[in-house]
Parts: sequence; structure tokens; C-alpha cells
Amino acid sequence: MIDGVRILVLAALAGVAVAGPATAQGAKPAFVFTGIPDQDESRLVERFGKVAAYLEGKLGVPVTYIPVKNYPAAVTAFTNGQVQLAWFGGFTGVQARKAVPGSQAIAQGAEDAAFKTYLIANAKTGLAKAADFPTDIAGKSFTFGSRASTSGRLMPEYFIRQAFPGKIPEQVFPTVGYSGDHSRTIQLVQSGAFAVGAVDYSVWDLDTKAGKVDPKAVSVIWESPTFPDYQWTVRGDVDAIYGEGFTARLKAALVGITDPAILAPFGRSKFIPVDNAAYAPLIAVGRSTGLLD
Amino acid sequence: MIGRQRSAPGYAAVSRWFAAAALAALFLADLHVTSLNPWADLQRLLAGLIRPDLLSVEGWSVVYTVAFAVLGVTCGAGTGFLLAIPFARFRSIRLLCAGLRAVHELFWALLLMQVFGLSATTGILAIALPYAGICAKVYSEIIEEADLSALRVLPEGTGSVSAFLYACLPEVAGSFRHYTLYRFECAMRSTLVLGFIGLPTMGFYLESAFRQGRYAEAGALLLVFYALIGSRRLWVRVGSVPVLIAASALALPATIGTTNVGASLLRFLTHDVVPAPLRGASLLDPETLPRLWAWFVPILTGQILPGAVQTLVLAQIALVATALGALVLFPLVSRRFSGRFGSPAGRVLLVVLRSTPEYMLAYVLLQMLGPSMLPAILALSIHNAGIIGYLMGRHADALPYRADAPRGLNLYAYETVPRLYGQFLAYLLYRWELILRESAIFGILGVATLGYYVDAAISELRLDVAVVLIAATAAMTVAVDAASRALRTALRINTLPTRLADPVTGPPPAPARA
Repeated sequence: MIDGVRILVLAALAGVAVAGPATAQGAKPAFVFTGIPDQDESRLVERFGKVAAYLEGKLGVPVTYIPVKNYPAAVTAFTNGQVQLAWFGGFTGVQARKAVPGSQAIAQGAEDAAFKTYLIANAKTGLAKAADFPTDIAGKSFTFGSRASTSGRLMPEYFIRQAFPGKIPEQVFPTVGYSGDHSRTIQLVQSGAFAVGAVDYSVWDLDTKAGKVDPKAVSVIWESPTFPDYQWTVRGDVDAIYGEGFTARLKAALVGITDPAILAPFGRSKFIPVDNAAYAPLIAVGRSTGLLD
Repeated sequence: MIGRQRSAPGYAAVSRWFAAAALAALFLADLHVTSLNPWADLQRLLAGLIRPDLLSVEGWSVVYTVAFAVLGVTCGAGTGFLLAIPFARFRSIRLLCAGLRAVHELFWALLLMQVFGLSATTGILAIALPYAGICAKVYSEIIEEADLSALRVLPEGTGSVSAFLYACLPEVAGSFRHYTLYRFECAMRSTLVLGFIGLPTMGFYLESAFRQGRYAEAGALLLVFYALIGSRRLWVRVGSVPVLIAASALALPATIGTTNVGASLLRFLTHDVVPAPLRGASLLDPETLPRLWAWFVPILTGQILPGAVQTLVLAQIALVATALGALVLFPLVSRRFSGRFGSPAGRVLLVVLRSTPEYMLAYVLLQMLGPSMLPAILALSIHNAGIIGYLMGRHADALPYRADAPRGLNLYAYETVPRLYGQFLAYLLYRWELILRESAIFGILGVATLGYYVDAAISELRLDVAVVLIAATAAMTVAVDAASRALRTALRINTLPTRLADPVTGPPPAPARA
């Protein structure tokens, strides 16, 4: 009987314990950021670890990177205020800024102003590289990247809908998959699990350089027209928390990154200033594909 | 023996019905293997298990896995205990508990993350909420089954709290303890799986290791996990529970960053989960209801119905595959079939199978075999056949056999299986609901069950749609639970043990003599 009572008392104690860490607030909150997990995790840890150290030196506040497991988790962390800054893809950035009024896109990679999707195919399909959209991919198995990816979902879906008017991808391909990230898309098409896939061109280049791509098994069959993609987005309330002018200093710090050791794991030559308006084309595409209200 | 002849057609008819439904479901299921070299991947995984890289295990992830499980079960069982007292009397409490447990821990975590972020609160509540519903139901059943003659001899005017504490609790405390400690094992599996969506448990590192093919690290994490589960009885005891709880509370990870819980909760409840056409609209506006209907119809026809069909198809095939698997596996555990030395080895095998979380198994198999229903079926039936086979094996040894009983296949086919068949069906019908719940969740991994659409809705930040889909999943789970209970009553097997935590002692009440 004592056990029963003890369980009750302990339950009450545990309730207090659970409430504790959630409400505890330090006097000087750390500046926390995240990034969408778009490729191999080891590369993400490397690049964001370096960014955290760099920003800490420039901004004079403790800076922490929090890893997430999927794209919507990054957006959620931004909307509920767990992170103040995020390295978003074009579409996740649009989602996040829509959910958090006042947040701004402050910097993008120089390459992100004119980003590209590659369609890649397994060698067994016999598909060769062409300048026009390869309509002969119809009827083959197809994998996107993450569902909320710009270069791995939103834009390729848009191009597919344009190439096959009146049809959605599920009607063009017998199997449609969502691999979760670009490195995984490459692996899946390379192994033949999927015949064709849509992939971020910068991740393709990074994985090719890292020797993870077997050119005999998988190759690029089409390069898409360009669109705006990745960017750093910051919440609108950071100036109130970290002091006036914080957003401007953050922007200057990001644009001022010249160290190739930081830029290389991003596959970017430098970061350049950007604003929300640059992503208006993606909002239109998001609406036309039904991914955005 | 007359009793057996009367009830045998019932068992046979139900078995045939389930098998036929599973066969029909096979025609609707996509079972092709798309990956080119599944065996190479499997070999690498086995090599990882044989040569694990134990130094790569992130120690804190092990601590957090235990801490989340301990505190999740403590809160869940504590709330469940309080809910169990009015459970039998109030329909509303029963409905609340059915709703809490019909929603999978992962769905709870996905919703809680919107408000509490990636934090200990999310991890603990995701365990505590469904476990409160499960514990309330089971505790209430234990109270109902208990011999409560002591209540009748209490002096008049005894308060209900005193009556409960002095006459009821002493009777049921043993069963409560047994069940609650068992529940902890389930919670360990649940917390591991929560890591797959970003909480800092062992699942976080397992997911990374599997995804990047670091099988030596994955093998090490798995071995540590099996060791934790296998040694549960040594370190999770009534005496050690207070120490575990205190240590867990101290060891919880500090939340990285701070979520604005108040603002997030307000936004979540008053905006995010409110159906889009109702946001900022007046209910009195005659246009609102048609707009709501126009919003709902495509969700129903395009997501709920196809998702529900696929969920049922997967659950049905997995249930029958589980049944076949359990029938094959249970002799491995039984001393009568496997002998003095064979049965301990069989036990280790089946405990490993049942300790392996289905979700993780499905994740690994999907990576190896490609995206079809086959990996999901395999994952569900391997895990559940491990559970049922283990229990059946112990029942098989508890049966009283005649001295001249046959041996081997004859004993199996003509005595053991017929005598245990009612018990076997009771276990299967009990697992039916759990298999369905898990089938829905596998959608997150790419099988087109209801979870597939939930994942899509969350990726599109349409939480209102996600909540509708999760509610539909819960309704389906509750319906299957009711169907299972009705079938068990019709088959007169509703008094047989169905819970893993029930100790198998002495001969079980054989259906033939019921």
C-alpha cells in the first residue's frame, strides 16, 4: 500500500521537475540558431559549428547551434522562438517568415540568387543529358528530397506540372518518394531504388567533390532555370532582446565572412545581403502548386 | 470436451475471416523491393552488431533516454492512477483515456514540439499523455478483477478515500507495481523512437548512424539499448524507483534556447489548429459552414479515406503475419519443445525481437528494401511475433500434460496449439489495436498510411489538417479496440490474460474448460 502512496507523491514531485526547465530563464539568453538538415549530418555539424564560433566572436553573446531532424522541425523551432536565426531553404524561409511576422531574410549565398535544381537519373534508365525538360522521365520511379525543400520539391514539382499540364507528380510517375535530404536522394538514385530524382545542385557538387557520387551509376540529365534559394532569416524581436542594432550587426557579420574554411562546407563563395522581397517568386510558385495557402 | 466442440467453430471462423481479409489486403498492398543490394546493407548492419564501436556511444543520450522514460512513466502512471478511480463510473473519463492512448507518442511529440520546442518537456509529456490513458484503463481493470471482499467488512461510515486506501489498494498494489515497472520497458522503446524526430535520446544518434551508414556506431547503440532493457529487472525495482526519479530530474537536459511557451500555446490553440476557414470568421456568418465543408471534403476524400484504407491493409497483413510468426516462434521458448538448453537461447532471441522498437525496425528495413509496404509488414510482425511468441511459449510450459503425451510435431499440432488457441487469439486481438496505431505512424517513414498525410500536413505547416488526420487515426484506433473487445466477448476469451505484464503462473484457464 505504501508503494501506491509513494507513486502518488513521486508523481507530484516529477510534475514540478518537468515544469522546472521549461520555465527557467537565464538573465542573458544564448543566441540560438539552426539550419535545415538538407544533407549529410557530419557536414552540417562542421559548417554550423564554425558559424557558431565565428558569430560568438563577432557579436559578443554566447551562440549555440541546435540540430534538428527534418525541415518542418527547423521552421517550428523558429516560430516558437527556440531559435532566433536559421539557415533556411527558399520555401522553408517563406513558411517561417509567414508564421513569424516581423522576421526578415538578411543574407543569402552569392549562388542562392540564381540557384538550380538538377534532375538526376540512374544509368540503367539510359537517359542522357538534354537542354529541354526530359519528358521521357514519365512512368519512371521518382524521388523528391524533403517535402518542404525548394530545390528538391517545390521547384521540381513546379517544372513537372509545367511539362505535364493538368497532371500532378503522382499522375506522372508510378512511384513518388520523399527522401528527406539531398544526399539521400543521390544515394537512392545511385543505388537504383529510384530511377530519377531532383537534387540541389550545390549538394550534388559537394557530394561529387567528396567522392560519394559514382558517375557510372548516376548522372545529371537536366539543369533547371534559376530561382532564389537558401538564406539566413532572423526573428524580428532580436533587437529587443540583444540590444538596438543587433540585426544590423548580425547581417554585417554574415556578409563579412571571408574565411574559406567556413564557406567551403556551405558550398558558397560568400554571403550577400538580401531582403524578403527577393523570395516573392517562390510565394507565387508555392501557391500555384498548392503547398502554400 | 463438449465445451471445446461448441467454441471451436468460433475460433476457426474468426481465424479464417482474418486470414481471408489479410489475403485480400495483399492484393492492395505494394510489396515490391526497389533497392538493389539489400543483403549487402544487412551484412554491414550485422557486421556492425558483431564489431560495435562502443566508444562512439554518446553517453548523455543513454542518460536522457532513461530519464525521459522514468519521468514519463512516473507522470503517466501517477495521472493514470488518479484517473483509474473514477474510470469505471464516468463515461467521460473513459472517453478521455481512450483518446489519450489512441494517439501515438510520436504524434503527441509532433504536436507538443509546436509549443515546447525540442525540450525535455516535450519528451516527457509525449510519453506521459498516452501512458496516462493506458495506465488508467489497466489499473481500473486490475481493480475490477481484484477480490474486494475486504470492502464489504468495513465499518459503516468509512470514507471512500479510506476505503480505497485500506481495503482496495493492498489487494491490487502488487499488480500495479508489476504493470508499472513493465510499462517502463515500453517507455524506453518510446523514448528511443522520439530521438528519430529530434529529441536528444539514443534514437537521435541511431537515426544519424543509420542514415549515414555508420553501422558500427548503430550496432553499439543497439547493444547498449538491449543491455538496458535486458537488465531492467536488476535496476528498476521498487526500492530504486525514488532514486531513479530524483536522478532523472537532475539529469534532464537544459532546454537550448527558450521557447515562449505562453505565446506559442496561445497561437497553437487559437490559430494553428483552428481549421483555416474558421480563423477570424464568424460562426454566425452563413458562408462559414459551407466554407468549412469545402475545406473538409478534399481532406476526407484525398487523405483520410485513402490513408485509412492503407492503414487497415497494413494492419491486417501485419496482424496475420504476426500470428503465423508467433506460431512458428513460440516452441523456441518452450522447454518442452526446445529442451533445457534450447529454450533460454530462444528466450534471448525473442526478448531481443520484442525489445526492438517497431518504428526503428521499419526505418532500417525501409532503407534496405526501398519504400513499399513490405518493410513495414516485416517490422510490425517481427516485433509483435516476438512478444506473442514469448508469452505463448511460457503458457505452453505451464500446461499440465499427461505422462504419455505425444512429442514433437504431434504434440505441437494436436495438443499444445489447440489448447492454447483461445489464449493465442486473445493476445492477437489485444495487439490488433496497437498494430493499427503503429501502422498509421509508419506513414511518417513513407508508407502511404495516415501518418504519411500527417507528415505532409506538418511539412506544409497546415496543423489544422494534421490535427484532423490525427483525430481520424485516433477514431479508427478506438473503433478497432471496440471491435476487438466485442470479438473477445463473443469468443468467450475476454477473461484470459492479454497483457505482457501478467505473470504466467500455473495452468492458465484453458478455454476448453471455461
